[in-house]
Amino acid sequence: MSKNKINIIHSTFVPLNIENVDTDQIIPARFLKGTTRDGFGKNLFRDWRYENDDDSKPKKDFVLNQSEYKGQILVAGKNFGCGSSREHAAWAIHDAGFTAVVSSFFADIFKNNALNNGVLPVTVSEAFLKQIFEQANNAILTINLPDQTITIDATGEKESFEINNYKKECLLNGYDDIDYLLSIMNDIEIFESA
Amino acid sequence: MAKTLFEKIWDKHIVKKIEGGPSVLYIDKHLIHEVTSPQAFAGIEKRGLQIFRPKQIVATADHNVPTLNQHLPIKEKLSRQQVDTLIKNCTNHHIELFGLGHPYQGIVHVIGPELGITQPGMTIVCGDSHTSTHGAFGAIAFGIGTSEVEMVFATQCLLQSKPKQMRININGSLKKGVLAKDIVLYILSKISASGATGYAVEYAGDTIRNLSMEGRMTVCNMSIEMGARCGLIAPDETTFKYIHGRAFAPNGEGWIKALQYWKTLYSDDNVVFDKEINIDAADISPMITYGTNPGMGIGVNENVPTANAMAESDRASFVKAMDYMGIAPGAAIKGQKVDYVFIGSCTNSRIEDLRLVSDFVKGKHKAPQVEVWIVPGSKQVEQQAIEEGIDKIFEEAGFQLRQPGCSACLGMNEDKIPAGKYCISTSNRNFEGRQGAGARTLLASPLSAAAAAITGYVTDVSKMLQ
Repeated sequence: MSKNKINIIHSTFVPLNIENVDTDQIIPARFLKGTTRDGFGKNLFRDWRYENDDDSKPKKDFVLNQSEYKGQILVAGKNFGCGSSREHAAWAIHDAGFTAVVSSFFADIFKNNALNNGVLPVTVSEAFLKQIFEQANNAILTINLPDQTITIDATGEKESFEINNYKKECLLNGYDDIDYLLSIMNDIEIFESA
Repeated sequence: MAKTLFEKIWDKHIVKKIEGGPSVLYIDKHLIHEVTSPQAFAGIEKRGLQIFRPKQIVATADHNVPTLNQHLPIKEKLSRQQVDTLIKNCTNHHIELFGLGHPYQGIVHVIGPELGITQPGMTIVCGDSHTSTHGAFGAIAFGIGTSEVEMVFATQCLLQSKPKQMRININGSLKKGVLAKDIVLYILSKISASGATGYAVEYAGDTIRNLSMEGRMTVCNMSIEMGARCGLIAPDETTFKYIHGRAFAPNGEGWIKALQYWKTLYSDDNVVFDKEINIDAADISPMITYGTNPGMGIGVNENVPTANAMAESDRASFVKAMDYMGIAPGAAIKGQKVDYVFIGSCTNSRIEDLRLVSDFVKGKHKAPQVEVWIVPGSKQVEQQAIEEGIDKIFEEAGFQLRQPGCSACLGMNEDKIPAGKYCISTSNRNFEGRQGAGARTLLASPLSAAAAAITGYVTDVSKMLQ
């Protein structure tokens, strides 16, 4: 089943300068009761966004409530996405309009979940992350997946990032892992009977 | 070539390797529950696919179920829908379901081992990060997302990159009042909540060898809190004895054959790990967390650190955590008052945990202002507790014995800790809002939690033991 394709992302970003952002913050457990993949974006960072769980009382100091911050790229402190394996976290981020998350370190399961949902996790050095956080709120980042680079447009500072070739092809073409696995069913059945 | 325990199991399950990419890993057992499976069922139905190997899947309802009056329909509409969807999906796709009302129902990571479904040498996955628990039997077991649940439904395989290899050796005798939970909280306090990201962690050494299977499960359970892909312990006589005779364990000829294979599952003597850590068991005290990730733990007699003691990059997070917790940096943690005590979760809700707690509280009574919830990990644990008279001891102590489920570990059902209240909890995560919006969680062992239930504040349990 094809997913959204990613090639070059050229966008302003939302800075979330917090470390160890766990998936319970990204989407609290009480919002995991859905049986479809839709609609999780409105509860993204729910308890950091609203006072007393009340939609009508946004917390002014939280970035997602500040109109000067917007864009397709979320930039966060190290160890982003730790904790629960809930894919709802990746769905919520995608549903809220993000196509890439930049951090100096990602938790394993979140990284896989993001990749499986057309959200590109971009791992940068601590120093580069710091430079991004120092940019003005309308600064633009360019994430070039074919070249595997991320650039701060205003300064021209550039860093390359890792992604395995298989996953890169999947994102560029909108393929998913099931398409691939179904294409090797014969190998799987041979493995089983061995 | 010398191999680690992990590598022996991994290599045996590789269907093929993609050039410059991940490997195709075959999955032996797939455990599912109501929260992370519905979208995966919908996914394969949308693709017009069948479940490839339904007999290798076992389902239960745990995350979202009430822990009181389980015989009545679930009151909350969305929770009921999710549990009903699981029943419908399992019926339509011929999957064995140990749902509400079934004598095998319980927390997925408690029932797998308890029923003998979890066995050495297996690859086991579940849409839940605490799947690492099953590694205690010498299996590769890890949590996956819902897209991956769908992959396993469709093909019984996953695309995985091989993690690096870490071994944590723990040797020596544990001090009085120190349990498996304290071991893993101690490791976390040393290596941090991201210290094992990218690694499979094997726990070894005589301290681990001397743990019961329940204790080993507690340690492996929290591997994910260090960021590890999985945690493992080489199977031994303790493992084999635990599995023997359980409902889904091999028997007769099958048992002899299985045992032969299981005995080959250990890291070779001369194998080199990417990282190795040594810990002296005597250094471990009863542990407690003070912050908002499981790496923020200290010995119960220590003081909470101050911002100055932190690396500069960690200070902002530390200040945020202390503010959330309402705990003063530099203060003693002992004496911190508690409002709730939660003994349960896939970390510490097994019969051994309940026995330890009941032995300790026998003849004592909880502090008047504290509410104490004991949530058994499964119907079988609950039944066993009743047969052993543990329920009576809890009742006399003012502890409420509830029915099995994930409960206040993540507060998906109505078992939530109110905002601002302190809960000493035997679960695995002290994240902001984990036990309810605004709830403040202190992670500890079942004994430490029981001690706080009696005194009403954080207490050094070792001083209360004869």
